[in-house]
Amino acid sequence: MRQVAIAGIGQTSVDEHWEKAIRDLAVDAILAALMDAGRQSAEALFVGNMMSGIIDHQNNLGALIADWAGLRSAEAVKIEAACGSGAAALRAGLIAVASGEVDSALVVGVEKMTDQSGHDITAALATAADADWEVDHGVSFVGLNAMIMRRYMHEYGWKHADFAPFSINAHANALHNPFARLHQAITVEDFEKAPMIATPINLLDASPTGDGAAAVLLLPAEKVMSNNQRPRTIIAGSASVTDTISVHSRRDPLFLTAAYESAKKAYAQAGVEPKDIDLFELHDAFSIMSALSLEACGFAERGQGPRLGLDGETAIGGRIPCVTRGGLKARGHPVGATGIYQIVEVVQQLRGECGPTQVEGARIGMAQNIGGAGATIVTHIIAAD
Amino acid sequence: MEIPRHWRLKQQRYSLVGETCPHCEAKIFPPRDVCPTCGGEAKTQYTFSGKGEVFSYTTIYEAPSGYDETAPYTVALVKLEEGPIITAQLTDLGDQPVEIGMPVEMVTRKLRSENEDRGILIYGYKFRPVLSRAA
Repeated sequence: MRQVAIAGIGQTSVDEHWEKAIRDLAVDAILAALMDAGRQSAEALFVGNMMSGIIDHQNNLGALIADWAGLRSAEAVKIEAACGSGAAALRAGLIAVASGEVDSALVVGVEKMTDQSGHDITAALATAADADWEVDHGVSFVGLNAMIMRRYMHEYGWKHADFAPFSINAHANALHNPFARLHQAITVEDFEKAPMIATPINLLDASPTGDGAAAVLLLPAEKVMSNNQRPRTIIAGSASVTDTISVHSRRDPLFLTAAYESAKKAYAQAGVEPKDIDLFELHDAFSIMSALSLEACGFAERGQGPRLGLDGETAIGGRIPCVTRGGLKARGHPVGATGIYQIVEVVQQLRGECGPTQVEGARIGMAQNIGGAGATIVTHIIAAD
Repeated sequence: MEIPRHWRLKQQRYSLVGETCPHCEAKIFPPRDVCPTCGGEAKTQYTFSGKGEVFSYTTIYEAPSGYDETAPYTVALVKLEEGPIITAQLTDLGDQPVEIGMPVEMVTRKLRSENEDRGILIYGYKFRPVLSRAA
């Protein structure tokens, strides 16, 4: 297997793009990534997307987007792993280029969510969970995370407000990201009085939906040069691990086993440990998930994830800066696109393009994308060289 | 209309019929034929008692379409006394606050009606607080 570099990045803002269809969003991000890499085309296209069949009445997304992006004759396919679709698609692109099967691959994550009503989106998102044994009983996707959070608070004695720093940090960082959905700082008081979605999760525990697309161009590392303006960014670790699809089937519903396993593999591939990670784009779909990811990936002891937030360790300048461009919470969570937004943001950090939220001297960044309530977890480690 | 999808789950929805593993004796719900504990083949039917306790719960205010008419409602992870945890709604709560550890028992209730006026009614298990014995 050969080393693979991320040679170009592109993204649209996460927003209510009433004037753009799913294909338009994807093409915008792809053209931006190609331009960033100074390339015209790619041999293969991998599309990360969750819900196009439900929301856009559109499958065969690979062919559609390759067609609209002018990638004539390209191999193209959609990869679906619920909210983890983006990183799952990146892994497919990585495997294709690393194996030598293709010499260039575009990976685009895209989701169009604002064409449907809130209740219909809630129902569509619930397809990430077990249809027969969870969803038919009326539980929403938020509800599954809410039951995890409730039990976590019960076992470890945390209060709801103890999770506020995760959301406050995300909103603070998004102020400096022009592509973010929300540009609004929040306080603990805002966090505590936000409208309830599914107890104990309220609107400021949860990430907002939106329309968006992000893309990367993958090339064999030997074809990409570093220069003073821009270091070469290499995919140093990549691993995807599954757990039971249902929360109720987990031996321990309060531990993200798939996060632990995928991070362990990615650390080993990259030859690094948690202390070597300069920033962590984690999957903060809900505040509880920040705590569980930090614990599973070795940054906090079990049950102590909220402590990192309270101590300021997840903020810029802290021990493990998280969601440096706003994360799912404030950059926004166009579900199938999120995993690629995370990768684009890690690359921006390694290139030093992040202005006030730049992590000084960032050389190694990690991104973790979760599909379902911990069912599919994909971890990537990107290194500047 | 998805009649077969609901019809084929009737033993589980109405009477909590799961499985027991002949190799490690784990009790399995929902039935899946491959034991999640030991990986052995497990096809021996086992009917659960329907008794359990609340492991966690949430009250849902923003409900998926198809359920929004009954919101807010409470969903729980119920730990059955035989071991497995299942996801189900709590019902017949009255004014009683829900707590982790609260004893509950299975009852059959309408889960939802599909396609409103002419659709099928879907019944299945919910759990209610264990009724205190009359003195």
